[in-house]
Amino acid sequence: MKNIVIIDYGAGNIQSVKFAVERLGHQALLSDDAQIIKSADKVIFPGVGAAGSAMSKLRATGLDKLIPELKQPVLGICLGMQLMCRYSEEGNTQGLGIFDTDVLRFPDIVKVPQIGWNRISDLKSDLFDGIKEGEFMYLVHSYYVPDCSEAIAHTSYGTGYASALKKDNFYGVQFHPEKSSTAGASVLNNFLERVS
Amino acid sequence: MLTKRIIPCLDIKNGRTVKGVNFLNLRDAGDPVELAAIYAAEGADELVFLDISATEEKRKTLSDLVRKVAEKVDIPFTVGGGIASVEDVEILLQNGADKVSINSSAVKRPELIDELSKRFGSQCVVVAVDARQLEGQWLVHLVGGKEPTEIPLYEWVKEAEQRGAGEILFTSMDHDGTKNGFANEALARISELVNIPVIASGGAGEMQHFADAFLKGKADAALAASVFHFKEIRLVELKHFLKTQDIAVRL
Repeated sequence: MKNIVIIDYGAGNIQSVKFAVERLGHQALLSDDAQIIKSADKVIFPGVGAAGSAMSKLRATGLDKLIPELKQPVLGICLGMQLMCRYSEEGNTQGLGIFDTDVLRFPDIVKVPQIGWNRISDLKSDLFDGIKEGEFMYLVHSYYVPDCSEAIAHTSYGTGYASALKKDNFYGVQFHPEKSSTAGASVLNNFLERVS
Repeated sequence: MLTKRIIPCLDIKNGRTVKGVNFLNLRDAGDPVELAAIYAAEGADELVFLDISATEEKRKTLSDLVRKVAEKVDIPFTVGGGIASVEDVEILLQNGADKVSINSSAVKRPELIDELSKRFGSQCVVVAVDARQLEGQWLVHLVGGKEPTEIPLYEWVKEAEQRGAGEILFTSMDHDGTKNGFANEALARISELVNIPVIASGGAGEMQHFADAFLKGKADAALAASVFHFKEIRLVELKHFLKTQDIAVRL
């Protein structure tokens, strides 16, 4: 049995991520305890809500220092991924600096937030094994990561942007695999079973 | 490209679906979890659960239901009906709801929108608006459309956006139940007025009505209940139909 830990720092709907992991036949532990997180085989770093208050919570618990030092595969989801970047325009927030990119607000030529199903393409990682180019994923966000060298998936909404990132053992997805039907479940399963 | 969303709506009373549903392959037509799973498998993009119970145990029953849905269903869902406080929302989100829909409580106390969006983020605050046209003017109505107010529709949706709503769910009481199509003129005006997604509701009777809501009404999503429950329109067929009209859908 894999030891899967979902970082619980009081930001948003993490129950859905836990249920999605359970639907794949695994158990997941919700925790903010440094020792428990460090000893996990796989770490999921979710997040919904505002960047500023989420970073404050991470700093208050010391998780801001712990997360960048993790050695096992880590998957940031939505705000989780954005917090793993250098800086976010949302609330003028300094992030964890794992990914070498900033997070910007969508231009007003499109409706903000983007809410709904959009395609991911230019898929570049074993995280997407078995996922077809142009597959639909569910996204809910007002801020985005521009295309960059660490991008492993691309999406268009007003502008082209990076909908997934990878650097060493760190992965980030802007979409919600736990809410993206069978395709999302496959991405989550790849993270749990394939990537190392 | 972001696709247009099709959203079946389930009315819930004391944890069970009400209004007739005609799903012969269901063991129990009243079980919202089973119905939700079927819609998800058939290609629904999201689901809305509207709780119409008036019991004292409402909060407990609803949070139990939300938890069961979140366990089984792998697409996003919104919960609405009688939500009036940060505490109400917290319980629903903790149990796995993705968004909440607020209606009368927001009209009576607009600050609720600010409180919810600051606490949980705009993306999970859907402001539902029921309105009907009186002497040529669209006015907001309360209590499921029964109680008129003096509030003009267009001013209210703009205020809701400014206070932090993440989406507007607009139901035309003049169209609801008629099966004659959505209120496309009003929808288009709302969609131009606000820069957040707009969900069309009320009036769906045939597949062309959905196409019209997107093409003429400029809606980002369309919600319906009975046409799906009674299998008058199947989700997969509807999406293929919309695709033939060059409307982006997830298939």
